[in-house]
Amino acid sequence: MSVSAPASHSVSVPITAKAPDAQPQPEPQRTAPLSVGIGLLGAIQNAIVPIAFVAFSSSGRGYGILAALGVGLAIIVIGGFFSYLRWRRLTYTIGAQDIRVESGVLSRAARSVPYERIQDVSLEQKLLPRLFGLVAVKFETGAGGGDDLSLAYLTEDAGEELRQLIRERRDAQAGADSGTESDAPSLSEEPAAEALFTMGPDRLFTFGLFEFSLAVFAVLAGLAQYADGFIEIGDAIDLAGAWFSDRGEEVAALGATLQILSALAGLFIVFIVGSATGMIRVFTREWGFLLERTARGFRRRRGLFTRTDVVMPIHRVQGVTIGTRALRYRFGWHNLRFVSLAQDAGSSSHVVAPFAKMEEIRPIIAAAGFDLPSDNAEWHRASKRYRTDSAIVDSLVFIITAIVTGTATLLYAPEWFLFVVSIPLVLALIAAGANLLAWRFQRHALDASQIVSTKGVLSPRSQIATRLKLHSAEIAQGPIARLRGYGTVHLGLAGGEFAIPGVPLDRAREVRREVLKTIAATDFSDIETS
Amino acid sequence: METTAQPAPPASPIDPQAVQLGNLVDDDGEFTKLHPNYKTALRVRAALTALPVIFGAMMLEGSLRGQSPLPFGVIIGLVVFLAVLFIVRLPSRRYHARGYQISSDRLRVVRGILWRSDTVVPFGRVQHIDVDQGPLERFFDIATLTLHTAGNHNASVNLPGLGHALATEMREEIRAHIKRESM
Repeated sequence: MSVSAPASHSVSVPITAKAPDAQPQPEPQRTAPLSVGIGLLGAIQNAIVPIAFVAFSSSGRGYGILAALGVGLAIIVIGGFFSYLRWRRLTYTIGAQDIRVESGVLSRAARSVPYERIQDVSLEQKLLPRLFGLVAVKFETGAGGGDDLSLAYLTEDAGEELRQLIRERRDAQAGADSGTESDAPSLSEEPAAEALFTMGPDRLFTFGLFEFSLAVFAVLAGLAQYADGFIEIGDAIDLAGAWFSDRGEEVAALGATLQILSALAGLFIVFIVGSATGMIRVFTREWGFLLERTARGFRRRRGLFTRTDVVMPIHRVQGVTIGTRALRYRFGWHNLRFVSLAQDAGSSSHVVAPFAKMEEIRPIIAAAGFDLPSDNAEWHRASKRYRTDSAIVDSLVFIITAIVTGTATLLYAPEWFLFVVSIPLVLALIAAGANLLAWRFQRHALDASQIVSTKGVLSPRSQIATRLKLHSAEIAQGPIARLRGYGTVHLGLAGGEFAIPGVPLDRAREVRREVLKTIAATDFSDIETS
Repeated sequence: METTAQPAPPASPIDPQAVQLGNLVDDDGEFTKLHPNYKTALRVRAALTALPVIFGAMMLEGSLRGQSPLPFGVIIGLVVFLAVLFIVRLPSRRYHARGYQISSDRLRVVRGILWRSDTVVPFGRVQHIDVDQGPLERFFDIATLTLHTAGNHNASVNLPGLGHALATEMREEIRAHIKRESM
């Protein structure tokens, strides 16, 4: 995502014309003094390994321990001193148009981020800062990579205050720039928040269960899926065989019941370990999950040790993705993500409901201005020719394998011929069947304001995008697709991909025409400021 | 968005005629061919790419002389034949496969011989515009027009092989359109 920020064509001048005269000269501010404490703790952490190293290398003699302590102390003092210096030298200034951060002990760096470029302000609390009541404030600008501005650490109150302030400044500016009056800046107090989605411990527990079964399911699916999966099974059988033939007597001596019992115990341990891992992961990540609808957008808080607090302005939501996994889908669980330009922990889509029923998802996406496709939506499938072609292409690999291995075995080991040939042929059938089945579940619909695409048999995944917020439309065709008259429709979605494969050419053109009609009617900057 | 003084935007930011034009330009319509110099430029580029291979073939032929079961000139003949296809035939096909259509509110770019792609970018979604000229392009007085959008797919749409004057003219036109729309 190299796109700096939306509306970058509007960088030009006149922002300064609106310089607020009421503002006093902004003062550089320091972060919370307790940040030095965090730095000190970090230094202590760094000192542990050298201390241990010196102590062990001098093998426990008296002066060795002293030396170790000396080294450790030196590291801690230096680290603490530098962390103090860093704190002294780090200032931030909340200006009229931008926030400026100056930092650096020896070399100085000054960075300025204009308010209108700030997409999100998120607060992050790792475990240690959290104990001290500190937060790291991150300014998401949509710049690619980890190049976003971050202030570590402020006190919780100061962080919240700063966030509020920046939002107001940004909204005031957006309002002033667009020339339309904006209703937001009038609210300077904390706007009333409406909880959209929460997950209590019960829900987390259920979620945790599914996180486990998935791991197992993935392994099983991986085994059963394609040829390499079968090789693995073969290897496992070989290994087991070798093991048993090695200690045949021992095992036989143990008796059949004991064998079964030990196997069961093994399975049980795997089960316990698996569910514990899943459970722990879910609880640490999603603890206290709260999604709210505030006047400024969606606000999501979650995390047990590292607590994050992210706000997504509504108009920055480019599309939504509803996904699920095979097993939880049987029980009606889905997850909901927002596609947006800002980054969320490295991924470009924001999880707003990691584990929810469809009826819980409906109000969330309605709040974001989307609708689940209605029952009478006009669904379109991919071309039947696409179905045929992809079934053939996917099974071709296995058929070729069958021919090659079949010829080889016929020459060298004819008695294995049937066995060797039947495996890839069965796989070919499976691949073809999977394609035919997948085709039935792959469809798209175009309504007045949005475009929906759904696919997946075991774990269906739906993508909904606003027609208005698409940026380009492409019809791509490979050689087969050209011959057979279908193509892939690629829609330019900021922060995500939106592609519908195998659409009959006429329909593809219709989709593109319709989408373009909506796009061309409104300029990008009008969307961004609305 | 940048002009502060403007009152609320007009009811319809685009006149109906333009929409109609935009529709006319869609899909099946014949696209405009690129500048004829582009074909030549493609050929020169292909020749420059093929040259080292031909040299390599000559050296191989020379070093294998007398030791190879093949009669002299087979390798070089084959390579030269392929190079001629590559230099003469391919640029011509590529040139005919490429084209564009520009209307009052969108640009359509078509390209690809085997893998065809047919992209439409509405001017209202263009983030910024580049006109680039490499040394070869400067020699042939052609340029590449690149439209950047905010979408992940088609973040930049290239249209090579326009006459330089035309490319700058198109850039101005698109820019003017963006400005008008955003006021």
